[in-house]
Amino acid sequence: MLLTITTTHSPATDLGYLLGKHPDRFQSFDLSFGRAQVFYPEATADRCTAALLLEIDSVKLVRGQATTLDQYVNDRPYVASSFMSVAIAQVFRSALSGQCKDRPDLTTQEIPLQAKLSVLPCRGGEGFLHRLFEPLGYTIRATQHSLDEHAPEWGNSSYFSVELTATTSLQTLLSHLYVLIPVLDEDKHYWVGEEEVEKLLRHGEGWLSSHPEKAQITQRYLKRQRDLTQAALVQLSAEESPEPISVSYDSEGSEKPISLNQIRYETVIASLKKSHAKRVIDLGCGEGKLPVQLAKDPFFEQIAGMDVSHRSLGIAQEKLDRLLILESQKQRIQVFQGALTYRDRRLENYDAATLIEVIEHLDESRLAALERVVFEFAHPHTVLITTPNSEYNVKFENLRTGKLRHHDHRFE
Amino acid sequence: MNITIPELSLVTLIGASGSGKSTFAHQHFLATEIVSSDVCRGLVSDDQLDQSATQDAFDVLHYIAAKRLDRGRLTVIDATNTQAADRKHLIQIAREYHCLPVAIVLNLPEQICRDRNHLRPDRQFGDHVVRRHVQNIHRSLKGLQREGFRQVYVLSSIEQIESVEITRQPLWNNKKHESGPFDIIGDVHGCCDELETLLQTLGYQLKEHTYYHPEDRKVIFLGDLVDRGDRILDTLNLVQKMVAAGSALCVPGNHDYKLLRKLKGQNVKVNHGLDKTLKELESLDESELRSLQSFLDSLISHYVLDQGRLVVAHAGMKQAYQGRGSAKVREFALYGETTGEIDEFGLPVRYNWASDYRGDAIVVCGHTPVPAPVWLNGTIDIDTGCVFGGNLTALRYPEKELVSVPAQKVYCEPIRPLVSESLLSIQQQDDDVLDIADVTGKRMISTRLYRAIAIRPENAIAALEVMSRFAADPKWLIYLPPTMSPVETSKELGFLEHPAEAFAYYRKQGITQVICEEKHMGSRAVVIVCKSPAAAQTRFGITDSRFGICYTRTGRPFFDHLPLETEFIDRLRSSLSATHFWDEFQTDWVCLDCELMPWSVKAQQLLRQQYAPVGKAAQVALTDAIALLEQAKSRGIEVPLEQYQARSQLAQQYRHAYRRYCWSVNSIADLKLAPFHLLATEGAVYTDKSHLWHLEHMAKLARSDSDLLLETASQIVDTTNSESVAAGIDWWLSRTQQGSEGMVVKPLEFIPQSRSIQPAVKCRGQEYLRLIYGAEYSLPQNLERLRQRGLSAKRSLALREFALGIEALDRFVAKEPLRRVHECTFGVLALETEPIDPRL
Repeated sequence: MLLTITTTHSPATDLGYLLGKHPDRFQSFDLSFGRAQVFYPEATADRCTAALLLEIDSVKLVRGQATTLDQYVNDRPYVASSFMSVAIAQVFRSALSGQCKDRPDLTTQEIPLQAKLSVLPCRGGEGFLHRLFEPLGYTIRATQHSLDEHAPEWGNSSYFSVELTATTSLQTLLSHLYVLIPVLDEDKHYWVGEEEVEKLLRHGEGWLSSHPEKAQITQRYLKRQRDLTQAALVQLSAEESPEPISVSYDSEGSEKPISLNQIRYETVIASLKKSHAKRVIDLGCGEGKLPVQLAKDPFFEQIAGMDVSHRSLGIAQEKLDRLLILESQKQRIQVFQGALTYRDRRLENYDAATLIEVIEHLDESRLAALERVVFEFAHPHTVLITTPNSEYNVKFENLRTGKLRHHDHRFE
Repeated sequence: MNITIPELSLVTLIGASGSGKSTFAHQHFLATEIVSSDVCRGLVSDDQLDQSATQDAFDVLHYIAAKRLDRGRLTVIDATNTQAADRKHLIQIAREYHCLPVAIVLNLPEQICRDRNHLRPDRQFGDHVVRRHVQNIHRSLKGLQREGFRQVYVLSSIEQIESVEITRQPLWNNKKHESGPFDIIGDVHGCCDELETLLQTLGYQLKEHTYYHPEDRKVIFLGDLVDRGDRILDTLNLVQKMVAAGSALCVPGNHDYKLLRKLKGQNVKVNHGLDKTLKELESLDESELRSLQSFLDSLISHYVLDQGRLVVAHAGMKQAYQGRGSAKVREFALYGETTGEIDEFGLPVRYNWASDYRGDAIVVCGHTPVPAPVWLNGTIDIDTGCVFGGNLTALRYPEKELVSVPAQKVYCEPIRPLVSESLLSIQQQDDDVLDIADVTGKRMISTRLYRAIAIRPENAIAALEVMSRFAADPKWLIYLPPTMSPVETSKELGFLEHPAEAFAYYRKQGITQVICEEKHMGSRAVVIVCKSPAAAQTRFGITDSRFGICYTRTGRPFFDHLPLETEFIDRLRSSLSATHFWDEFQTDWVCLDCELMPWSVKAQQLLRQQYAPVGKAAQVALTDAIALLEQAKSRGIEVPLEQYQARSQLAQQYRHAYRRYCWSVNSIADLKLAPFHLLATEGAVYTDKSHLWHLEHMAKLARSDSDLLLETASQIVDTTNSESVAAGIDWWLSRTQQGSEGMVVKPLEFIPQSRSIQPAVKCRGQEYLRLIYGAEYSLPQNLERLRQRGLSAKRSLALREFALGIEALDRFVAKEPLRRVHECTFGVLALETEPIDPRL
């Protein structure tokens, strides 16, 4: 909601020219989500501060046709977010594009600048904030806020008051803020599509391709959309050296999924084959990773996946449609919704049932029902169950001792 | 000519083209009862005569016939049916649905058929066709009975055809017009001493050697009168006389049937106590034996009684067989079903058909000796093994009371011991795992308050996830509270909600007396407390030694930590004991509707992720903004400082508002529970009691442990009296100004007279609403826009959820199977996934 930019360049009031906003006026600009106001709390030859103060109309954003927000009780009106980036781009349009009608000589000049963000959400912590701005030459002062001074036991919020100091051009500073505010906030109030890649490349010109965190920045800026991220990174690399691109997507939890999960699946598939299970049902199939692998293997004749999450099943079905090309592969596989605490006749008549990292998502008091559903009613010849054991966390570099691997785990 | 056919039969017309089948069918049957091959040909091909469509047409014909028979509707097949292969398929369908196949042959001379066809321009397919039809019929006539037709009528002239009158005869098992009252008695097995005692206990009196009931009750004997016991002939005599006198009905058991076969001279193995029967039979002369044989032969395998509400049979009767007649149905009535396996005692393992039973009719049966009669899915086995030294039991219908007399001795050692192995009842064992088919898909739930409530499949999908991932064991979930609508939006300056609207609403609905109850600042909690773990086991089927639970409005357990829950429930149990609650209500469990405080216990996540951060961000940003604006103002620039100061003030108020709901909970001493409804105890759901009654009883409980329990403040308002209304408004104003969340206004009666009246509306305080609509909702420009809100969807939902919640309690208290209770609570969760403005 509040950004100030201060300079001690002499004369400091040049800031007014650079921004194109008169230091002695309070100006207001209508935006789609409310209003942006610009004023100068101080404006002397030694020191000049411009304030960009946003008024975000949350009632309109919740009730409007686009329903940009879904909650009235919302931090958006008070924090720096993609709303701030949009405001910078609209209110300081010329400064951001390095133009200055009255004093074109000033635009490229590196001057002492300080930006202050009253409340900046930093998802990823102060360390990430430093990793973003330090390589760009800023001195950073950040103060983290507690959630509520009346309830110290709740700990800290993810909000920081941040001061960034550097000697740089105003255009560069604004570009950095434009890109990195939503990266830290990890959110965008509007739909992220292909034009967003173009915006990133435009405002990241000259600094993003050599930024050590460019992969993270790109990924977060593009809301973790794989295709967009890939496209942006290819173009960024073309600017830079031809080093190989690799982005790792950690999906859920803190466990590094690629290696461990794949080892797990391979072990499961080998065990299934060993027990001659031709018809297999994956109970708690999630997004269908195991069923897809089974379907590609002609050894398995009939494959089913069941999960309680309708959303995950949608993704699984989409994956099946996309990855399985042969009609013969598609015909052998189906996914459907069900819950392991209910007897279900659709689970009967399989050679094997797999419960891969599933049982730990059930309260222990419900496991008796699961036992009966699987062993008594579904009654396959073989049941394969995997579940994490936190005692083994010491064996993995990235797993912390005594910490559950996923917030929904009821036990490990 | 008079033709009598069973009321549920598959009538197959057989006749050549031109023999007048369609005319005949339409004279004697409803148009909807007739399935015609010509019509089916037309349905699939748009041409009734398109012979190439015959195969598809018959697929349709068979499908329709099967669906009708499945639903118990008489069906007439209007097709030539001249070939045995065609008829065979129809007979199969009739068998599958246990209906009798009847053949009516229109056996007219070829010439008549041919002449008729010549008159019809659409039937010019050559004389050879008709000739072949007629020849086929002639060849078939003799064998029709053998093919499986139970009745065959051959009409061989136009006069005969025209003179036909068809009478539909009810099936022998159809006694729907008899509605009792009945006393249904299980397997007697010659225990006549006990039978006489039982009849006397039930109030039957001996008149001219036969038992009658002075109030015209009727006994239904469930069969197995003979074998094993000491007075088999006496038993047979007694029953035979009562049946003859009309004071009893009797269905046969497998033992009776075996005796019948023996009497008919068939070779049967003399075991399982038949020897004792035969021994007693030695004293009978030829005519007595014949009379016994004809009595046994006259017994009908099962009866459907009381408008279809009651079914009796020896070994049970599944829904698909009820009121049907076939060898298979008879066999089921006598023997039930077996799995084909043999148990460790060498006896066939019986398949528990009742476990799958989903019918509406109560089924009473015997056959399998059990230690005590138990209800399972609306069925009950009342064979309590008298001959094995158990009891002889009667079920009084419609009272559903059980009356037993103990055996005088062990007449026969049971092969399989009579003790139950499980701690749980049969119903509880059966309920241990619910079936997904009982909750998913489109469902209609009939309720006492709101008739049938539809649950849409997509809502069930969402509810399944909540129920299976987060909810407590369904055995505890006997109630979920309904959502509650706010009052209509107020037009008063500065108010979004105001109590005047609540009083006006009820006044408009014709309700004078309403009660205002304090809306506690916590989370809705349903609390079940049992007197002991044993009570929890008996009544709820809970075996992990818990004796109560506290769960949220979505069925989620309140406490993650078991010792804390145990301590909490134990405290409540002490209070209940101290106030003599168990004795006063003759119960060993209770279900209470409450509010648990602080709100932060359950809303920790929400507080840390939404409420506190928003408050902090607002405070920091607005403070910074004000400082800068002041600085600019001091430079002589005109800035909207006051506006930001006002916003900052609202942010402060918002933070105060949520902080009131938070205090840290380290032990039970930090919790407060405010019970306000005494929902149910054993045998009773207290929806017939006024809210004053509920509050009074809950206050009594609260006073016994004021550290943990809170009374609910209330005030009665007469909606037609302006002074009373003003007092109600003042009450709300003063309470909300002191920081209260608001109040709930309800008609004094728990269930409003009309089913369209809201059982309660909430009226939330001005400050509390900041937590719903944001800190700055009260700014005039915001308030004006927020007033546009529609309540009708919310109110309709509230009514349906209310009805489902009460229905769940009703069903639980009536000891219905868990799936019937679960259906309702699951339904509440499913309805909760309807897209409705969550701020209402």
